[in-house]
Amino acid sequence: MGKKLTSRQKSELIWGWIFIIPTMLGLFVLNIYPMIDTIKQSFYKTGDFGKGNKFVGLANYQKVLGDSEIWQSLWNTVKYAIVEVPISIVIALLLAVLLNKKLKGRDTFRTIFFLPMVVAPAAIAMVWKWLYNSNFGLINNVFHVRVNWISDPKIAIYSIAAIGIWSVIGYNMVLFLAGLQEVPRDYYEAASLDGANGWHQLVNITIPLISPTIFFVLVTRIIGAMQVFDLIYMMIDLNNPAWKKTQSLVFLFYKYSFEQSKKGYGATVVVVLLLVILVLTVVQLIGQKKWVHYD
Amino acid sequence: MNKTIRNTIIYIVLTLVSITMLVPFIWMFLTAFKTTAETMQVDPFVIVPKIWQTQNFGNVIRAMDFVRLYINTLSMVALRILFAVVTATMSGYAFARLEFKGKKVMFAVVLLQMMIPVQIFIIPQYIMVSKLHLTNSIMGLVFPGVVSAFGTFLLRQAYMQLPKDIEEAARLDGCSIPQTFFFIMAPLTKSAMVALGIFTAVFAYKDLMWPMIVCPDNRATTLASALAKMNGQYQQKYPELMMAALISCVPMIVIYIIFQKQFIEGIATSGGKL
Repeated sequence: MGKKLTSRQKSELIWGWIFIIPTMLGLFVLNIYPMIDTIKQSFYKTGDFGKGNKFVGLANYQKVLGDSEIWQSLWNTVKYAIVEVPISIVIALLLAVLLNKKLKGRDTFRTIFFLPMVVAPAAIAMVWKWLYNSNFGLINNVFHVRVNWISDPKIAIYSIAAIGIWSVIGYNMVLFLAGLQEVPRDYYEAASLDGANGWHQLVNITIPLISPTIFFVLVTRIIGAMQVFDLIYMMIDLNNPAWKKTQSLVFLFYKYSFEQSKKGYGATVVVVLLLVILVLTVVQLIGQKKWVHYD
Repeated sequence: MNKTIRNTIIYIVLTLVSITMLVPFIWMFLTAFKTTAETMQVDPFVIVPKIWQTQNFGNVIRAMDFVRLYINTLSMVALRILFAVVTATMSGYAFARLEFKGKKVMFAVVLLQMMIPVQIFIIPQYIMVSKLHLTNSIMGLVFPGVVSAFGTFLLRQAYMQLPKDIEEAARLDGCSIPQTFFFIMAPLTKSAMVALGIFTAVFAYKDLMWPMIVCPDNRATTLASALAKMNGQYQQKYPELMMAALISCVPMIVIYIIFQKQFIEGIATSGGKL
């Protein structure tokens, strides 16, 4: 201590803080304080009509553990993620490999595949709800089937996951294409000389070399899929027989906090979601050592 | 395998995927100009409207006051971009190029924000907005987006990729830190600023939950949240619903097609979560 700062160091200290203060102030007010407050609220029961909130300790968490609606919605969310994430990654990876060649119309295909990413999920969900319509929808009428895509409790969550896949393929593909640019061309030339076919090149060269990108997409997509809300909110209303089998954790958070004004319980649901995401992410961080290759 | 056959197969696959990506948009467009009766007819199934019901456009715009919704959405997007780009350009520079006490801890806060699901912030943010009497206002919509942890991270990456000697030369010429930042370094990160701007715009335009909570009023809300309302009210009136969806997404699609290079590269380099 008591070390004298040079005038340059002093100036960096002052300007460093001046430059970060707007951002840090915003983050503390908008994110750090709210995070602490949400965790705090999860230990309270929201008072009715102007009565203060009551501290209830772990009662909300005990209630969550015994609440079949929450367990069901966790299971719905997991089902959505298990379908959406791997399928969208596999399709996106294959498309990226196809588009990573000199190909006429390459940019047009890329533009088309990415298109759903710039449209609000609210609009996308409306269109798909119409495509899925049991009586008058395009899908049932073109394929001459009678499937209740979004009102059959057994399949509704998968129909919604299909929209999720359709929406996110282009986005994943763009990230994979960026990763593929870094793979040196001569690796493939050497492999071709050794007689490796396309499939072998994909499995033995491409996937290991872009495994850091695959890992990044996997982690961020699982986090995203666990927070699915817009599609489900738009597709499912309370008249829909499938609503119990489709509502996600974030949907429940919205319902409790803003439709039923039970903010304490809503806060508990979102803390549970945070813990679930945390566990999933830590598991992947440990698991990556087995398959992700960094140079 | 023969190269021509292989290329043909690749084109067939890519074309099939393209059709799958485009059919929902085409169907939205065709339905938007049909009569309700045509949408409820299955034998024969109507693909193209017999008479294009162009008045659907005016009816829907008036019913939901889409002009107002566009103004709200654009104002929110513009203010969020302005705030996020200005604050992130400054903080990104400090985190990348200046040494000062407390920097590591503050950067950890930035990373923490990026890793936590946004829903955890929403209840207290909503309580703040209502205490400030900002519900049903543009500032209420902008509120959670006045600073951007993701933007700070993105701009920091951009500054870190710039060579150190530019800065050294400026310093030897007697430039102070703010001069170096403002006149020399910040202009070199334009592409990262554009990426952040695009990311912020797409994110804000797509967001549904926040506008539904803070701006429940029809006149104060955004396009996405107005669609959710119509979705509940118009139940089986598919031409109106598809017209509303069309009106709310066509301008974004046009902007995307014009600036597709910036869009795709911005997303690819930033890897932002959308």
